Amino acid sequence: MTKFGVGQSIRRVEDQRFITGSGRYTDDINLAGQAYGYVLRSPEAHARIASIDVSAAKAAPGVLAVITGQDIVAGGSGNTLPCLIPMENRDGSAAKLPLRVVLCTDRVRHVGDHVAFIVAESLSAAKDAAELVQVDYDSLPVAADTEQAEQAGQPLVHDAVPANLSFDWEFGKRPATEQALAGAAHVTTLKLVNNRLIANPMEPRACVAEYDAGGDALTLHACTQGGHLWVDPVAAFMGMPREKIRVLTPDVGGGFGMKAMIYPEYAMAAWAARQLKRPVKWTAERSSDGFLSDVMGRDHVTVAKLGFDADHKIVGMEVMTWANMGAYINLFAPFIPTGAALKVLPGVYDVKNLVYRVKGVLTNTTPVDAYRGAGRPEAIYLMERLMDQAARELGQDPTELRRRNFITAAAMPFQTAAGERYDSGDFAKVMDTALEASGWSGFASRKAASERRGLRRGRGMSYYIESTMGDPQEMARILFMEDGTVGVVVGTQSNGQGHETAYVQVLVDRLGVPFDKVKILQGDSASLPFGGGTGGSRSLTAAGWAIRDASEVVIERGKHYAAREFEAAAADIEFSRAEGSFKVVGTDRQIGILELAAKARAMPAPAEGVAGMDAEATAKIDQWTFPNGCHLAEVEIDPETGVTTIDRYIAVDDFGVVVNPMLVAGQVHGGVVQGIGQALYEHAVYDEFGQLVSGSFMDYCMPRADNVPAMEVRTVEIPCKNNPMGIKGCGEAGSVASPAAVINAIIDALADLGVTAVDMPATPLRIWQLIQERRQPIAAE
Amino acid sequence: MYAFEFHRPSSVADAIAALKAASDGKLMAGGQTLIPTLKQRLAQPSDVIDLGGIKELHGIRQDGNSLVIGAMAKHGEVAGSDLVKSVIPGLHELAGLIGDPQVRNRGTIGGSLANSDPAADYPAAVLALNATIKTDRRSIAADDYFTGLFQTALADDELITAISFPRPEACGYAKFRNPASRYAIVGVMVARTGGGVRVAVTGAGPCAFRLPDFERALAGSFSADALAGLSVSPSGLNSDMHASAEYRAHLVRVMAQRAVKAVR
Ligand SMILES: Cc1cc2nc3c(=O)[nH]c(=O)nc-3n(C[C@H](O)[C@H](O)[C@H](O)COP(=O)(O)OP(=O)(O)OC[C@H]3O[C@@H](n4cnc5c(N)ncnc54)[C@H](O)[C@@H]3O)c2cc1C
Repeated sequence: MTKFGVGQSIRRVEDQRFITGSGRYTDDINLAGQAYGYVLRSPEAHARIASIDVSAAKAAPGVLAVITGQDIVAGGSGNTLPCLIPMENRDGSAAKLPLRVVLCTDRVRHVGDHVAFIVAESLSAAKDAAELVQVDYDSLPVAADTEQAEQAGQPLVHDAVPANLSFDWEFGKRPATEQALAGAAHVTTLKLVNNRLIANPMEPRACVAEYDAGGDALTLHACTQGGHLWVDPVAAFMGMPREKIRVLTPDVGGGFGMKAMIYPEYAMAAWAARQLKRPVKWTAERSSDGFLSDVMGRDHVTVAKLGFDADHKIVGMEVMTWANMGAYINLFAPFIPTGAALKVLPGVYDVKNLVYRVKGVLTNTTPVDAYRGAGRPEAIYLMERLMDQAARELGQDPTELRRRNFITAAAMPFQTAAGERYDSGDFAKVMDTALEASGWSGFASRKAASERRGLRRGRGMSYYIESTMGDPQEMARILFMEDGTVGVVVGTQSNGQGHETAYVQVLVDRLGVPFDKVKILQGDSASLPFGGGTGGSRSLTAAGWAIRDASEVVIERGKHYAAREFEAAAADIEFSRAEGSFKVVGTDRQIGILELAAKARAMPAPAEGVAGMDAEATAKIDQWTFPNGCHLAEVEIDPETGVTTIDRYIAVDDFGVVVNPMLVAGQVHGGVVQGIGQALYEHAVYDEFGQLVSGSFMDYCMPRADNVPAMEVRTVEIPCKNNPMGIKGCGEAGSVASPAAVINAIIDALADLGVTAVDMPATPLRIWQLIQERRQPIAAE
Repeated sequence: MYAFEFHRPSSVADAIAALKAASDGKLMAGGQTLIPTLKQRLAQPSDVIDLGGIKELHGIRQDGNSLVIGAMAKHGEVAGSDLVKSVIPGLHELAGLIGDPQVRNRGTIGGSLANSDPAADYPAAVLALNATIKTDRRSIAADDYFTGLFQTALADDELITAISFPRPEACGYAKFRNPASRYAIVGVMVARTGGGVRVAVTGAGPCAFRLPDFERALAGSFSADALAGLSVSPSGLNSDMHASAEYRAHLVRVMAQRAVKAVR
């Protein structure tokens, strides 16, 4: 193992920049002649726009342009952003996918919907002018509730979408599943809510659009999770060829899926930059832009049945979900509750028969799309709640019920009822490691100690499996620079994960170059022909693989040059990864890779089109990976106040081969806390009028450091068989695992009161009300 | 934020003069409430008068049997003051529970009391400890000060200079925090004073209020158990996504009991 290679907890090199305040984020970019954009948003959840009068605003001091939807339509452009997901209903008909409108022309459909874009010499001039825009709204009735939206009599969000039903999708074997459930010895039935969340990265969204009139080209600087994905939508919106669009991404302060999408504001800024021939900047403010326009996450209502035979083995699973899409269908939105959730709906169990139906409903709320885990947290939360409830109903230990139904290590590779092929995993081993690490058997005495303090203790388990996903190809290019450094060009986009460290470790491992001589070059859509971006926990698997393959090409080329250098046969050259040098076999003649690369520039290339030792490669991922793990939570509930405190949290994960244990622990910590946020604190609440009640951090509760215990995080390395590095990916795992662990623990703590279900977030109010309903709280001494 | 004239006077008299001269002037202490209000364009004062440069408004001192805290004393100063800790430990503890370190390093006791947010902590202490609000022109007794939601007995152009807290025999504070904002959903201070037991509640109603029946019960027996059978009517209490009126009413009793247990 080299000092900076795979398996080492190397400190994040990017942190020097981030924690000393020298990161460069989109809002730090200021271009000469830059103007400032401000979005006038709808205060109404649903209204007809009778008229918009922008004349006073246009005449206001410092104002350069006031753009409305009419201007965009008149400019010949489509006024919408795309959805990339083909959707078909269960009856074979096409889904109805009303696309996100850039600037509303005749109707607004959620609070915060975009009405006008005001561009001025300063932001405050733009805001002043926005107050002069006269909009006449005729209020319309509002559909805001996920479960109610498709009911008769509900107002229609889009007139062309009856019953607000965008799609009615189904996967699986319905007759077989129904039959299995009918014949089951026991059926567990559960209805639950997967609460709506707001992503809230530290860095709000932002862009600077720059138009080059001479070349008729547009550069968009923005916080993305991979700018390649935006090129086509921007080109389509602008009516420009894709070669004329370049997306540049500087440092990004958190994305969580929410920043993967192209947004209306970015389209407006691009439009205004071309119209004004000046750079136009737009930066979201937290409550007045981010809370209203950033895509939100989750928001499902689900009813499910899980059937067992007399041996407590699962015979069938039937699931029906209402997924709130918000007011428009966003980029990936329909895929999240359907295909993405489906991948892991059966979890780690041998579910023989499965049917999954999803109704995507439209409401007068902000659009919903991918949010860390994207469908998989929803699926695992369901399955793991079902397993705990079934264990209670069957009078069986929850660990035993799981063990009995696990897909065994011997059964790998295993084709699931959801159509996935799990390549590897040893769920029993991972669970046993977690049980031991947690002191699971010492629970009774801890519970007694809590009771003496008037507190109820409960414990909960969640065994999750994740299916990483995304673009199945990724490219990397290795460049030996004149200054002796090595550049690695990638098409993924770190937004906090630590790619600038992990990728270098992969390269150091393959080529033995000095760690501090390598620079990861990301964030330029023009630098590679394609790039899949970061999301779906794919980056290290995909880009790491490409870096690995490109390294092999470097070595091949290096052998060619070394052979010339030493006047030997290429077959006699060997490469030492540890030393990073090419040697003539059986001699002491050798040359370092960087020295050789410098010389290679002036040497004849092995083939046409090859420049020195620079190389590139594309990884093709035909099978994704299945990170999995067992998370255990122990909570204490104060029955007098309803406050839940997480006292212990243990995560044992199988991420396959771990490149940097510290980065992995960081991802697990963050993911677990995000899931704890969902389980206990976070909730985007709309009232019946479609107003966002939790409209700022005063009411939208993010988890904070004092809300989480010190976690115990371990890994069990079972190499993935679907990629040469054995990596499984860890980015989303924590957020997939922790909600069920926490809620199961809460239900356990309240079970003797007869509580069998608790919805998220389990706020003090909700817990207190549940206890009140049971009217038999144990009194504090 | 709209444009305004900015003043930084160095005396109370100059501040009052600037306030009177302005068509719609606003005093600024730490700006913790004022600045967000301005940034969201919810207020458009003609003039902002920064109190930060007025020496007489700063500082914490003992005056006989009272603790006098200048209006511009920051929460962090009160929470970090050995004097406060030794004279009124319950008040010291309360200040340390306000917001987060950033808020405590800017927010002031004068700003908090002038603003009279229904969820602020200090009002419970002012009322329970029978403090006196000193202004540029008069002294206002705690019982006369809080008049309604964001309403106080202060005149529009009146300036708080200091708050005088008589030293209680003992007092204790218990706070149930709003998980998001960390303001008080319910905060209760219980104090044994020369004038009897006083129990004051913040967070639950439109403004801080006292609980006479709790005070009577504690006068009989100063123990948490003495409150066990008491309840508070939810009618008129605040209700929001974090806490219904019923839940708040319940929490008032629970927090009062915990405050009694915390008494020092
Ligand atoms: C995130 C956050 C969390 C918070 N959490 C809590 C909490 O848990 N508990 C709590 O009690 N408070 C909390 N606060 C409130 C905070 O502690 C301040 O007390 C409050 O915001 C007042 O701030 P300030 O002193 O900076 O006054 P400013 O914002 O400057 O002024 C507030 C108002 O008082 C007026 N004013 C200021 N000083 C005087 C004076 N001397 N005389 C007359 N009028 C005056 C101003 O004109 C203005 O109208 C929180 C605030 C924030 C932003």
